[in-house]
Amino acid sequence: MQFMTILWQEYVLFKAKFWSITTGTMIAPVLYLIAFGWGLGSGMQVGGSSYIDFVIPGIIALTTMTVSFSTIANDINISRTYTMTFEEFMIAPVSMLVLALGKITAGALRGLYSAFIIILLAMIFRAGLQVDGYLLLLTTLNCLVFSALGFTAGLLIQSHGDMAKFNSFIITPMSFLCGTFFPLDRMPSGIKEFIWLLPLTHTTLALRDRGSDILSAFIHPVVLLLYLLIFLVVGVMICNRAE
Amino acid sequence: MIDDGEEVVERGKANLLVFESLTKKYGAITAVDNLNLKIGRSEFFGLLGPNGAGKTTTIRMLSTLTTPSSGSIYIDGLKIDRNLTGIKARIGVVPQHMNLEGEMTAWQNLELHGRLYGLKKEARQQRIEELLEFTELSDRAHDLARKLSGGMKRKLMIARALMHRPEILLMDEPTVGLDAAVRRKMWDLMKGLNKNGLTVLLTTHYIEEAEILCGRVGLMNGGKLVELDTPDNLIAKTGRFVLEYFENGETRSRFFASRQDAIQSAAGMEGGVNIRPANLEDTFITLTNRKVGG
Ligand SMILES: Nc1ncnc2c1ncn2[C@@H]1O[C@H](COP(=O)(O)OP(=O)(O)OP(=O)(O)O)[C@@H](O)[C@H]1O
Ligand SMILES: [Mg+2]
Repeated sequence: MQFMTILWQEYVLFKAKFWSITTGTMIAPVLYLIAFGWGLGSGMQVGGSSYIDFVIPGIIALTTMTVSFSTIANDINISRTYTMTFEEFMIAPVSMLVLALGKITAGALRGLYSAFIIILLAMIFRAGLQVDGYLLLLTTLNCLVFSALGFTAGLLIQSHGDMAKFNSFIITPMSFLCGTFFPLDRMPSGIKEFIWLLPLTHTTLALRDRGSDILSAFIHPVVLLLYLLIFLVVGVMICNRAE
Repeated sequence: MIDDGEEVVERGKANLLVFESLTKKYGAITAVDNLNLKIGRSEFFGLLGPNGAGKTTTIRMLSTLTTPSSGSIYIDGLKIDRNLTGIKARIGVVPQHMNLEGEMTAWQNLELHGRLYGLKKEARQQRIEELLEFTELSDRAHDLARKLSGGMKRKLMIARALMHRPEILLMDEPTVGLDAAVRRKMWDLMKGLNKNGLTVLLTTHYIEEAEILCGRVGLMNGGKLVELDTPDNLIAKTGRFVLEYFENGETRSRFFASRQDAIQSAAGMEGGVNIRPANLEDTFITLTNRKVGG
């Protein structure tokens, strides 16, 4: 009931700002597609396919990450430190677990909406993208993982400036390095292994390989699930102590 | 003096709210310092004190927005906790600051609250209509909350706190920024609610407000409860009227039981004299000075 209420509120706010959200979400992926698809990509080949086909899974992974993360991190942060509307949820007869699940799901849905937009754009740009259950599963997991991270960050981070720092030092580097724009094996060893541990890497690899290798097709979602679980548990713990 | 107050509670009503050695520290600041207090069912209780006395911190601990550093709060014998949803549903909160969802309409703000507290659709709609009428906001129901005036926002926050028919209403300076007429209406509104059995815990800077509304008043300073009494007794302790006059280059004040006494005393004085009803600051300063003096 309260879980649905949280989603209902997000829906009301989403509906009210539908066009600004939609156009805002489109800008970055369109730029990526122009720069890396048309600009660089026409003559370039990576691993036997055209660069635009190579880069689309990366764009899906990084866009759903940033959208899920920043939607929920900013929402929690602003409603906790500026509009104070987070209090309404804290005083309500809602357990912190339900509150966390509701907010995380809401953020993930916004991430999925951005994925939907990219898939439409990919069709317009005539990129070869196969939409199937596996892509949906991995994208959803990716959204949930980063929404959960956003929930935790939104609760922990006190100011808008610190939030920007978190973005610059963690989210932006991940969006470029986790196999999104170029294959991971071009990275020096040592760094490569570290990047392999990051959640976004698993989304990118999984979306690109598509279960060609059964073992890794299985490992990627499991790693993402683990991350989700950890972020959720930490988020609820912090929510229990948040002031 | 604190015992005087206790008697009033013991005289009939069961203790609905119990604060036990409640303490909240923020680093070196002790915002609430070993607060012990019992509030009876259907009581209208006022928490007074100057800026930074610890009133908001007390309310925030009661509404589980802040956790105590030590001590506890009981509602009907149950210790409050952020995850005890049953207890939380019995409280309604009107915070000191605006915390409406500005991008949602007045109606949607109430609906959000009703849904969070588990009201069914029909009960919810009926209650929203009822409360919008009660707070004279019916014609603004579909305006965004951020577009309402300050007073309307306050009224909407009160309506919201009442949505789920709480047993206990916590109000943190609910009448600040309201014009005289609206303030008076709010007082009637609160009094009516209390008559119907609602237990109210109100904080305010205005002793006239406490005098009109509260059966009992606790005076806080520096996180401590320094006085606990009926408003009448509290004001009588200093004098109901203040005579302010200018002498030797500074403004001084004297207290009197009635305006007549003050006027008589002012008769011989030269220059600007001002006679006004005593307020909390007067009462407060006098009471604490008296204590320091012995
Ligand atoms: N989040 C916080 N962090 C640090 N100190 C705080 C915090 N909240 C309150 N305080 C401190 O606790 C003390 C009590 O503050 P509180 O807001 O409870 O006072 P108040 O009685 O409500 O005052 P006012 O009448 O101004 O609203 C103050 O010294 C304040 O600075
Ligand atoms: Mg206050």
